[in-house]
Amino acid sequence: MKILFNDIDEPGLNTLPVYERRGGYQALRTALTMEPVDVVDEISKSGLRGRGGAGFPAGRKASFLPKGDMDKYLVCNADESEPGTFKDRELMQKSPHMLIEGIVIACWGAGITRAFIYIRGEYELQAQILDAAIAEAYKAGYLGEQILGSDFTLSLVLHRGAGAYICGEETGLLDSLEGKRGNPRLKPPFPAIEGLYHGPTLINNVETLATMPHIIRMGGEEYSKLGVANSAGTKLVSISGDVQRPGNYEVALGTPSRELIYDLAGGPFLGREIKLWFPGGSSSPVLTKDDLDLPYDFDSMAKAGTMLGSGAIIVVDDTHHPLEIALKLAKFYSHESCGKCVPCREGTSWTYKMLQRIETGEATPMDLDIMASVQDQIIGNCLCVLGDAMAMPVGSIVAKFRPELEEAIEAARMRHQAGPVENVVGVI
Amino acid sequence: MSPYRVPRFGHGSRVPGWDEEVDLAKPPATVPDPAVVEVPEQLRAAIEAAMAKYPDFHSASIPALHLAQDEHGWLSPEAIAQVASVMRLTPAYLTSVASFYDMFSLEPKPRDDVYVCTNITCSLRGGDEFYEAMHAAARGESVNVREFECLGACDIAPMASVNGEFVGPLTLEDADQIVADLKARRSVLEHKQLRYRRTADPGANSSPEATA
Repeated sequence: MKILFNDIDEPGLNTLPVYERRGGYQALRTALTMEPVDVVDEISKSGLRGRGGAGFPAGRKASFLPKGDMDKYLVCNADESEPGTFKDRELMQKSPHMLIEGIVIACWGAGITRAFIYIRGEYELQAQILDAAIAEAYKAGYLGEQILGSDFTLSLVLHRGAGAYICGEETGLLDSLEGKRGNPRLKPPFPAIEGLYHGPTLINNVETLATMPHIIRMGGEEYSKLGVANSAGTKLVSISGDVQRPGNYEVALGTPSRELIYDLAGGPFLGREIKLWFPGGSSSPVLTKDDLDLPYDFDSMAKAGTMLGSGAIIVVDDTHHPLEIALKLAKFYSHESCGKCVPCREGTSWTYKMLQRIETGEATPMDLDIMASVQDQIIGNCLCVLGDAMAMPVGSIVAKFRPELEEAIEAARMRHQAGPVENVVGVI
Repeated sequence: MSPYRVPRFGHGSRVPGWDEEVDLAKPPATVPDPAVVEVPEQLRAAIEAAMAKYPDFHSASIPALHLAQDEHGWLSPEAIAQVASVMRLTPAYLTSVASFYDMFSLEPKPRDDVYVCTNITCSLRGGDEFYEAMHAAARGESVNVREFECLGACDIAPMASVNGEFVGPLTLEDADQIVADLKARRSVLEHKQLRYRRTADPGANSSPEATA
């Protein structure tokens, strides 16, 4: 069943007339006749969990905002930079009004009058399309003062970032939106209490907000019947890597992972086999081909020791060595670490250096133990989860592919004439 | 030479400017005098419009730096001074912001940017090799080729962003074509542009009963 991707390739869906013809902004009309608390209630009933990575219940998040007359803000997180994720890009490019409608509904529910979309700087085409769509929505009275004749007023500003992975982290994003370096903040206070410009702030992912019109249209109860228990609804899954048909697919949560990778994305190329796969972007601990029968939903992934994350499956086949993958990860995260917290700044760059030592033949199997302990010391010890985002997948690669990494260490030592590992003092 | 020059140790820090000598005797740069700094009228108007969009004008610093970089090609000291003069901020503040983000360049660079993704998915599909090929193709040309973090287009891996236009999946031969298209100032690799690509999901956009 397609909800977000229904009509997605309809020519001109990014323009207001076509979107309206396909039933667009009807849900907003319905929502404006409802009491704000009932809107939030509908979202809570739907069981929708945040689509950005953490999977926090969207209705609960909205209800955390304090009541009252103070300035409250909504920030749509469109800084989609988790490697492997490209679902929000497709939504914003092809159906920008769906996002805008969702934003207006969410703001009405939470009593917010100022909204921002923080889009990553590299998405230039998507920013242009959104800008045009916002202008159309203002002109048609879906944004601005007295929306559709009600006494609800909302302003929406599109804000372009400038290339920093950390700005996808909600507090880093807030600092960046305030015109600073995108350094994460200490939590608590959580953004719902003290966020943008020190005001209560609701931060949601693009896909989460784009789902809101459909929840209002279908009713929360009805929406919650999609998917499986505790993982309601459909999810856009970005499948990429060593598969025949990479792309975005919309599936009901709880669909078996094998179906996603083999039936939808075509599986690996002829004669190759899946070596490992990331179920939720490059920050999620890796799974192997033995885990392909897991249902693709929040709880099943958590039970398997990994996470659904942003819903990005990256498939790696047997022509690639796990070391190659770990190196790429460590290099990326050490570049993107903002440098504020020591465990992350030092941990990511030393992990990268240790992995390089394997390639240059200087490493011993003991390095793998040190590397594993470094990962343990990063997790949970920083302001944000960027360090964890490297520590979890790298740690899982070390744990799951240790024999192969040891072989690589030995082979590189021989290649560089460092001699077999036994010759090194201190190794038994 | 000033007696206050402090040599820094070349310890390989990636903080830009860390290893450069500094002149501590020089007075710090303050908010530039608007009467002295000349700002192109269009740039000034655009920055002021951006400032008006936010409850706090500081929020406009990234949009303003984008505008200045578009105007000057890179964030030269003059470009920073112009933004500082319009926004009433110190050049140091703006430089600290600009140095954080990958898309801002505090060094002179050619106007044409080719960002080649070499992150995980693209590298699985040959992104590293394409990056080498792109480098070779752009040698001697006025094109800024650089590796970039995941650009969010793994469905067309290996891919690159050419002046903001996403193209892929790329083969090694495409590198020369990109340079040729840039030199001819025409649309780059039009048949491989992401903007024309249909959604991969076969079930999307096809079932009439689902539209109800």
